[in-house]
Amino acid sequence: MNSESFVILLTIFVLAGFVGYYVIWKVTPALHSPLMAVTNAISSVIVVSAIIALLKAETAWIEAVAFIAILIASVNIFGGFIVTKRMLTMFKKKEKKL
Amino acid sequence: MISSCFLFFYLVAGVCFILALKGLSSPLSATKGNVFGIAGMALAIVTTLLIPEESSFSRYAFVLLAIIGGGLIGAKIARDIPMTALPQLVAGFHSLVGMAAVLVAITSLIEPQIFGIGVVGGIKTSSLFEMAFGAVIGAITFSGSLIAFGKLQGLIASKPFRFMLQHKLNATLAALILALVCFFVIFESYTAFFIFVILAFALGFLLIMPIGGADMPVVISMLNSYSGFAAVGIGFTLGNTLLIITGALVGVSGAILSYIMCKAMNRSIFNVILGGVNIGSTNASKSGQNEDKAVKIGSSEDAAFIMENAAKVIIVPGYGMAVAGAQHALSDMANVLKAKGVEVKYAIHPVAGRMPGHMNVLLAEANIPYEDVFELEAINGEFATADVAYVIGANDVTNPLAKTDEKSPIFGMPILEVGKAKTVFFVKRSMATGYSGVENPLFFADNTIMLFGDAKKVTEEIVKDMENS
Repeated sequence: MNSESFVILLTIFVLAGFVGYYVIWKVTPALHSPLMAVTNAISSVIVVSAIIALLKAETAWIEAVAFIAILIASVNIFGGFIVTKRMLTMFKKKEKKL
Repeated sequence: MISSCFLFFYLVAGVCFILALKGLSSPLSATKGNVFGIAGMALAIVTTLLIPEESSFSRYAFVLLAIIGGGLIGAKIARDIPMTALPQLVAGFHSLVGMAAVLVAITSLIEPQIFGIGVVGGIKTSSLFEMAFGAVIGAITFSGSLIAFGKLQGLIASKPFRFMLQHKLNATLAALILALVCFFVIFESYTAFFIFVILAFALGFLLIMPIGGADMPVVISMLNSYSGFAAVGIGFTLGNTLLIITGALVGVSGAILSYIMCKAMNRSIFNVILGGVNIGSTNASKSGQNEDKAVKIGSSEDAAFIMENAAKVIIVPGYGMAVAGAQHALSDMANVLKAKGVEVKYAIHPVAGRMPGHMNVLLAEANIPYEDVFELEAINGEFATADVAYVIGANDVTNPLAKTDEKSPIFGMPILEVGKAKTVFFVKRSMATGYSGVENPLFFADNTIMLFGDAKKVTEEIVKDMENS
């Protein structure tokens, strides 16, 4: 990677950080637990790198490492989104009752 | 490097994640936000599956097997977990993100050609550094989160575990890791890589072990942040924009939550990580002073009578309420009171649960309308106009010494001013102090009535008494 592309990645990182800063402060404190659960789920997007590794691996043991990485990231993705949904449904049903 | 067509879809996925977080600004839009999150993830995975030009069918089968296998496990865990155990679930999940980051770093080190970052023995220096960063943060996240999980689950004693030279040992470890990272970046040494990863596991373990149970809201938020930054490290290594965007969002989110939690306890993040509260320094003299003072002990009938005849009751739930499983009983009590025309509100301190927003979820689970639930700043002014403050399973967060006693370990912590209500009920098992070890002078106040017993049983008895009257 040359230094130019590093600066481009850094630009993306810094701008995404600012977007995150303003979006997260707007999250209502009542939903801070779902926020943690959903950030947990999306940080498992690291699974995409593991998928590339498994598809292109040249040795069996790297294949195995990538397989485990996909497996545990998937636990997180499904678990994170489902538990978030469970929590949000609890907040949702009261609003219908009113 | 990934071609621009795929990067475009990664951008769309990144925007979906931002919308998922934005949805959480209100319970009304949150469910829709979650759908965006799932859509973004699905898009990211499908796009990735299309990237390699040549791969065998069996490899794709392996990928699907791993996703489905992991997905089934995750779904099972997420469906079965009781909401009181939410913090340990999140801690456990954080550890998985950390581990995944370490594993991906390993694959990129051993077979760099997969990601186009060079060849074995000739990986770009910047990639090596970023890889090391991702692996170290990932490893700390993994072992730190495991300890947090163990403490929350009760597998490890939640009380602070301190040992001699703790800080020096941690500093030495950190310096050693840094030195090994430099060596690794220069020589691309596998040995150095695996040693600093193991040392980073040890560091995560040593950093979280000394932190006590009541500081867990900060710890979980901090590890949330770390898991994001681990993803950022891997994103830089592999030139993957989606990982960078997502990691930045998660990293910032965790950092903000840590800040909010620290502020709610009037502690600095360094104080939490390095010290823990100074337990037992002041309580000896305090308890001596209060020995001759009398407390008023009430019965459930007294409480039922006073609350029925009140105009406004504010309920202050703490973690003790959740431990006793009293949220449904509390909801029943509020409903009976409302039927009798009493205004009922709930006041929540930011650190009422074991993770940010935990108490809100526990109350929502018991069908308590979120419109009745108020955060500290929003409700503190209302205690003066309330007839009853019903404090259940909370203690330190109501302690007025936090405002007046500069020597107190909880000094400066924002509190719920329950003492301003006409009558204060404390539902407690005993006179024992809270986590901070500081006695609460409110117990001895003229307008305070203690209701001793299990939070759930006491509340159920009050409900019975109100229904019978």
